[in-house]
Amino acid sequence: MTAVTDRPAAEIGQPRRRKEDRHLITGATNWTDNLTLPGMLHLAILRSPMAHARISSIDVGPARERPGVIAAFSGQDFADSQGNIPCAWPVTPDMVNPGHPSLAVDTVNHVGEAVAVVVGRDRASAQDALEAIEVEYEQLPVVLDMEAAVADGAPLVHEHAGTNRSYTWAFESGAAGTGEPIEQALAGAEVTVRRRFVQQRLIPSFMEPRSTVVQPVGDGFTMWSATQVPHILRTMLALTLGVGEHQVRVIAPDVGGGFGGKLQVTPEEVICVLVARRLGKPVKFTETRSESLMSAHHGRDQLQDITITARRDGTVTGLDVHLYADMGAYLRLVSPGVPVLGAFMFNAIYKFPAYRFVCEGVFTNKTPTDAYRGAGRPEATFAIERIMDELAHELGMDPLELRRKNWIRHEEFPFTTVAGLTYDSGNYEAATDRALELIGWDELKREQAERRRRNDPVQLGLGISTFTEMCGLAPSRVLGSLSYGAGGWENAAIRVLATGKVEVVTGASAHGQGHETAWSQIVADQLGVPFSDVEVIHGDTQSSPKGLDTYGSRSLVVGGIAVVKAAEKVVAKARRIAAHMLEANEDDLEFADGKFSVRGVPGEGKTIQEVAFAAFVAHDLPDGVEPSLDADATYDPENFSFPHGTHLCAIEVDTETGFATIRRYVCVDDIGHVINPLIVEGQVHGGLAQGIAQALYEEAIYDDDGNLTTGTFVDYLLPSAADLPHFVTDRTTSPSTTNPLGVKGVGEAGTIASTPAVVNAVVDALRPFGVDDVRMPCTPERIWRALQGSQESGRAPGGTVAYGGASTSTSDGSSGSEGDQL
Amino acid sequence: MARVNVTVDGVRYADEVEPRLLLVQYLRERLGKVGTVIGCDTSNCGACTVSLNGRSVKSCSVLAVQADGGTVLTVEGLANPDGSLHPVQQAFHDKHALQCGFCTPGMIMAACDLLAENPNPSEDEVREGIEGNLCRCTGYQNIIAAVQAAGRAMSGAGESEQSPGHASANGSPAPRESRTEVPA
Repeated sequence: MTAVTDRPAAEIGQPRRRKEDRHLITGATNWTDNLTLPGMLHLAILRSPMAHARISSIDVGPARERPGVIAAFSGQDFADSQGNIPCAWPVTPDMVNPGHPSLAVDTVNHVGEAVAVVVGRDRASAQDALEAIEVEYEQLPVVLDMEAAVADGAPLVHEHAGTNRSYTWAFESGAAGTGEPIEQALAGAEVTVRRRFVQQRLIPSFMEPRSTVVQPVGDGFTMWSATQVPHILRTMLALTLGVGEHQVRVIAPDVGGGFGGKLQVTPEEVICVLVARRLGKPVKFTETRSESLMSAHHGRDQLQDITITARRDGTVTGLDVHLYADMGAYLRLVSPGVPVLGAFMFNAIYKFPAYRFVCEGVFTNKTPTDAYRGAGRPEATFAIERIMDELAHELGMDPLELRRKNWIRHEEFPFTTVAGLTYDSGNYEAATDRALELIGWDELKREQAERRRRNDPVQLGLGISTFTEMCGLAPSRVLGSLSYGAGGWENAAIRVLATGKVEVVTGASAHGQGHETAWSQIVADQLGVPFSDVEVIHGDTQSSPKGLDTYGSRSLVVGGIAVVKAAEKVVAKARRIAAHMLEANEDDLEFADGKFSVRGVPGEGKTIQEVAFAAFVAHDLPDGVEPSLDADATYDPENFSFPHGTHLCAIEVDTETGFATIRRYVCVDDIGHVINPLIVEGQVHGGLAQGIAQALYEEAIYDDDGNLTTGTFVDYLLPSAADLPHFVTDRTTSPSTTNPLGVKGVGEAGTIASTPAVVNAVVDALRPFGVDDVRMPCTPERIWRALQGSQESGRAPGGTVAYGGASTSTSDGSSGSEGDQL
Repeated sequence: MARVNVTVDGVRYADEVEPRLLLVQYLRERLGKVGTVIGCDTSNCGACTVSLNGRSVKSCSVLAVQADGGTVLTVEGLANPDGSLHPVQQAFHDKHALQCGFCTPGMIMAACDLLAENPNPSEDEVREGIEGNLCRCTGYQNIIAAVQAAGRAMSGAGESEQSPGHASANGSPAPRESRTEVPA
């Protein structure tokens, strides 16, 4: 076991510039779409223009007549061989999974669903021929609204399923033995606040569109794909298509971002395999951005009904959560599990005695949802941080004081929550104090009061988010208890070559995170070798055969620890050989800075490179020691890790135009020890951008017919540099106690924390006008309407543009306002 | 088919192309210049940005035939023949201005154009200047720092080293205004 030290070792903690950069900044890149194989054919996919329809007839024949077209197929051509897109997370035993063919066979269930595929000598020929395919659709009723979908007599997305409800997953602290019964808390509440929040549908929008190349090889195939999960993809493709797993090789070359969006087994990947094997030729499919936005999975999309109870003094007593989670038309890889992950996070950093979580997964005629950065945790964090502000308002308390009163105090760690998780470490007080100092909270408060006093048309809002998250997915036994279809371990192998250079093989497949650099830093310290002597190998199931890939902020806290474990084994073997070489007892050797020496005999010793060479030539090894200096390790975490932090947002809202401008954004994150502060900083920045974008800019919108109206980057508003503020960031350090590096994940923290900080700030700015919610994204129109609504109605606080209204039971009991239909 | 004569990254090419062929398709599919990438189909993302006759263009919005007689510079032609990086490339590396790297070719080419016009841009000027290039990974902050650092390097000013945007680097918050120092 490597001890957790206070002082970072030589490489760990250094802001090393990334090894990954050189080829990316010179254009010497290896994106899947850059790949050309001899004889390669190109695919174009015909997609459904209908949200819900029966395919009465389809004729791909005319497309085959077009110049440059080699073949064309409809779903009928693969009906017996294509299987279903796998769902690895049956969250309940009776979960309804209607099945998900890659190419629609007799019905289509969302706009953008693949209906037919054309194979051309080049991409243009294939795309041109799509228009020649003749399809007749018989329109079926479109199901878009989740509440309507679960109402009695609602039309069904999947007739054969008999219901639009996929599953109901429930947790209750009284029954689970993790706390008191929720009904008791609800019945005895001195104060109750209820809200409905809407987690709008988002689109992950990785910058590299998905691309796949498949080459048939013998009875199997090799696939290059823009994926986060080459290992999972390999296993799942083998299972889905009945090909031996040993005959499937998946390569993830340079991958241009994922954010959960490439954590999938996609219909397009399956179609590539089907066509390549049918024709015996290599094929490529690269999506357009418009195809990507309508067919790659979406994220979020929940209706959240939240009830919080408290005593008059502000002590929280219960939290009751009901979710409708939109699965879209089908269940994909982990669709049902995403909202369920939130079950463990709604209680957040607060000491709730009682807690209930009920989630209903619902089918609609929309693109399937699945993991998007944070996956269940941003949704939970948003709801709890928003309702804490509403409770504070109800109690007439400062929102910060309410949080302080209820959060887990530093000296209370480790702390087992009402959701049953044990948080290892944290210091909410320190992170919050630092954030307040950095943003100049008191001064901003004074300015806010002044602007309110003089009825300034530009009001200042101050928003708080004191978040935590669970990351490092995941202990395999926990995943097992949640019925997930795989484990959560990670594998690493280290090979010290004859010349003393080091190869590190990792099962974590990076797509922008900087594993090559961070892993090199870890190994440099562990083995005492130069940073530049370490090469990291990943992303190919042939060269890195064991792994579970990159998602859920797991790479460092699971994969990085596997690297440490492998290094410990390498050092242990090297120690035996070095003891033999030095004619000393193993126990008398110390290993420091890459050199074994006999304790008390300075100067003498053998470097790890010398030991590696001795292990290579194998002329004189101790009995029972095999040649070569290498080892591998598979690490299964014993617990999640729990990063936390305090994010503060100061926002200026123009009450005449509704335009909101972030003036200052400060975050202080605690992710334990840091391997590379430069990379951590970058992860935080990117996470903030995506979280702020949910608050202010992004929303996937469907019209009444089920057409995605935000189907291009013209309409789906990814923020540009001009739309985002300068971030001020800092860290506090509460090392994780559950892994030897003391590290916690950082990949999702910024996204999870920032959304409620921004929306709380917007609502805070509008609070004097009687506004108590603005539905995301908080566009100028929504803000302006919220202001008009509250002013025109003349109603007491409670007016809202929250979806479906909101209610505060301690006021007059009437439920807020008419729903916002923007 | 139409004739196009064009110099790309210092090499002269003469080709017959379909009139509808986009410059980015010509670069990628005909010339093998796959360092320039396609990120969208509506000219929003800027990933395909190259320099055409000294000005940055989104090569998805230019026909190959429009480049006839012209000179194109892509990210692949930016480094010096000896392999040493262009100051903008170097600054992107130094400031950790890329993560997945997909937007990077276009971002670097847009930055070169911005700096040619304004060698010493303020933070806000960089934000406005690269507005046509989308990045999903970085939140832009380190890209902005890189563009400013490259501007300083190209105008011969020294680089004051600090960890980008990190408050603890100098013990105080880095307000927007303070990051626009003018080189000597």
